[in-house]
Amino acid sequence: MDSCTVPKATLPYAWLELLSPGAWLSPSAACPPLQNVLLWEHLIAELRILICNALGSEQREQPFPFLRAEPGPAFKIESLKVTVDFLKVPLGLKKPPLKEAVAVPGPGKAKPPGVERHKPRRADSMDNESQYSGYSYKSGHSRSSRKHRDRRDRHRSKSRDGSRGDKSVTIQAPGEPLLDNESTRGDERDDNWGETTTVVTGTSEHSISHDDITRITKDMEDSAHLDCSRHLGVALAGALALLAFLTPLAFMLLPQLLWREELEPCGTPCEGLFISVAFKLLILLLGSWALFFRRPKAFFPRVFVFRALLMVLVFLLVVSYWLFYGVRILDSRDRNYQGIVQYAVSLVDALLFVHYLAVVLLELRQLQPQFTLKAVRSTDGASRFYNIGHLSIQRAAIWILENYYHDFPVYNPALLNLPKSVLSKKMSGFKVYSLGEENTTNNSTGQSRAVIAAAARRRDNSHNEYYYEEAEHERRVRKRRARLVVAVEEAFTHIKRLQDEDQKNPREIMDPREAAQAIFASMARAMQKYLRTTKQQPYHTMESILQHLEFCITHDMTPKAFLERYLSAGPTIQYHKDRWLAKQWTLVSEEPVTNGLKDGVVFVLKRHDFSLVVSAKKIPFFKLSEEFVDPKSHKFVMRLQSETSV
Amino acid sequence: MSYVPGQPVTAVVQRIEIHKLRQGDNLILGFSIGGGIDQDPTQNPFSEDKTDKGIYVTRVTEGGPAEIAGLQIGDKIMQVNGWDMTMVTHDQARKRLTKRNEEVVRLLVTRQSLQKAVQQTMMS
Repeated sequence: MDSCTVPKATLPYAWLELLSPGAWLSPSAACPPLQNVLLWEHLIAELRILICNALGSEQREQPFPFLRAEPGPAFKIESLKVTVDFLKVPLGLKKPPLKEAVAVPGPGKAKPPGVERHKPRRADSMDNESQYSGYSYKSGHSRSSRKHRDRRDRHRSKSRDGSRGDKSVTIQAPGEPLLDNESTRGDERDDNWGETTTVVTGTSEHSISHDDITRITKDMEDSAHLDCSRHLGVALAGALALLAFLTPLAFMLLPQLLWREELEPCGTPCEGLFISVAFKLLILLLGSWALFFRRPKAFFPRVFVFRALLMVLVFLLVVSYWLFYGVRILDSRDRNYQGIVQYAVSLVDALLFVHYLAVVLLELRQLQPQFTLKAVRSTDGASRFYNIGHLSIQRAAIWILENYYHDFPVYNPALLNLPKSVLSKKMSGFKVYSLGEENTTNNSTGQSRAVIAAAARRRDNSHNEYYYEEAEHERRVRKRRARLVVAVEEAFTHIKRLQDEDQKNPREIMDPREAAQAIFASMARAMQKYLRTTKQQPYHTMESILQHLEFCITHDMTPKAFLERYLSAGPTIQYHKDRWLAKQWTLVSEEPVTNGLKDGVVFVLKRHDFSLVVSAKKIPFFKLSEEFVDPKSHKFVMRLQSETSV
Repeated sequence: MSYVPGQPVTAVVQRIEIHKLRQGDNLILGFSIGGGIDQDPTQNPFSEDKTDKGIYVTRVTEGGPAEIAGLQIGDKIMQVNGWDMTMVTHDQARKRLTKRNEEVVRLLVTRQSLQKAVQQTMMS
């Protein structure tokens, strides 16, 4: 129902965003208690409205009159201002005024990740819209100009990495999804920033080969605006594969077509060879399908060396076979048909061996672990270790990324900084007064030195505050968590699965969605407070919580299973795909990315607000020696005499 | 002093009464013990029978209360204040000797020379 996605204003006291699929506001300064009571009633009213809307009644405009009934003009003004700004959003205009309108204190960071979390857009459809608009931006430019610009920008990007990060964060429109913003409205914001994010995609040459053409065309519908250099590689490989496949058939058919009368008849040996060619080609087809016809999982910045090598090999093989065929057989019209068929069979055998080589190079070589990679996230230090075999740096980067999305807890910028109260109490200032007798030059240096010395001598108590702040926060989180657990447990006791023998009238029977909505209201408040305390509320919209609740109810999960998702920050892949899964990463490396991994190689995978620093260490060579222990040699005695003085 | 399982142990004993000396907060007796049913009896240099797990005196400090009372090195302690010491662990023995509220311990100790002396007097 569209009414549910009508944009609602985001008010500082954040109860109303509970009712929308958008993100929840960052923690505001304490919600006044009176408002809480009012908001509770409003919440119930709003829920009723939503359910009515879902069932199709005609109360579309109700939310807004409800908002206008709010006490206090200040709220009304703010709400209107916010809605106006919000309407500008799909057009992609800059919205710095929205930052003031939100006025979210947050933890007081200079960067506005707190502002980022505020998401005025309520409709998920608008998310998808913005995604495509980003792609259309890219397709608007010709490939060559973009390539050229990308090569130039790659040099620029490396020198401006830090500044790029800063620029992107400050200008980024508040309330947009945290990670996937590069693809949306790049040109309206920081045009430098839009350019540099195309570094990874712009300059790839045939990095993917032997892929299924039909699957690629399906991808092309999704991302039809990407540059065609990628598809050039795929097309080239596909053509080569087709050529290699059809060549033996051509070898065998051409003599039959051209000089059939002159050929010597060949009976059983030829038939045996025909059968073997047929089956070998079938095996080759199946093997190629299994090995190569896969969805590409990544887009490499450089040529994938092994695949290029294999393509070259196949090309040379086929060309040399054709050459010999043309010279020896076509020109001279060789009449020994059995020899021709054996020639074709030898080509098929050679192709099978090339396929074996492909299996070994592409799949088997990297299976045995040779290196241990340590991946550390630069912002909060979350780290993991992985074992990996011989891979090039770019393939290792992709491998790390695949594991990043399910191993690392999700990046939460709100958890990064020390609380403001700790940091602000630093140098409360020693004022040094001069008594007027010394000259001024001496004074300034003397003053600064005195201030520094005094500050060094003074006991710095910020660690104390940090400790107590942490303890207090811990206590608060535990308290809210306890309330949440109790609320959820109690909510779950209100519904049960319908047994066949129970006879209930049809009006009381609910499907999972309705059941979820019915019990959600009793736990909503506790849930929201808990998420706000742990600063997780941007990651869970009300819609997502309802969906998860519906999911758990359908599968007979306990309240603990339902809560598992909220009590601890999960890996990034757990959250809604469009919002948190970024697809664009930049690989920064001092060595060429097609080099293999070596001991001590360090490379960095950058996103616009954090990066993963990966370092490789070789797994040591183990010298294992054997020692034989006779089972009868296990014997024991009492301990030695001990002497005690009394 | 040999121990026949199932039969009561018989030995010639000497009564020794030691008055504990107060040193600071401790009451000390002035000797060291070794042995016990949880210890290794073969390591005992003073016992005649190397399976004897009794409590033996391994050291006597010079001028201490034990020496004054007549305790000698190598003595086997049979009883302390009425408590048996022939079948105790090392720690139990220590505890029975070092009770804080007892100023005097009365030991029954035995040694080989006692046995020989009795035998000689009986023979002669």
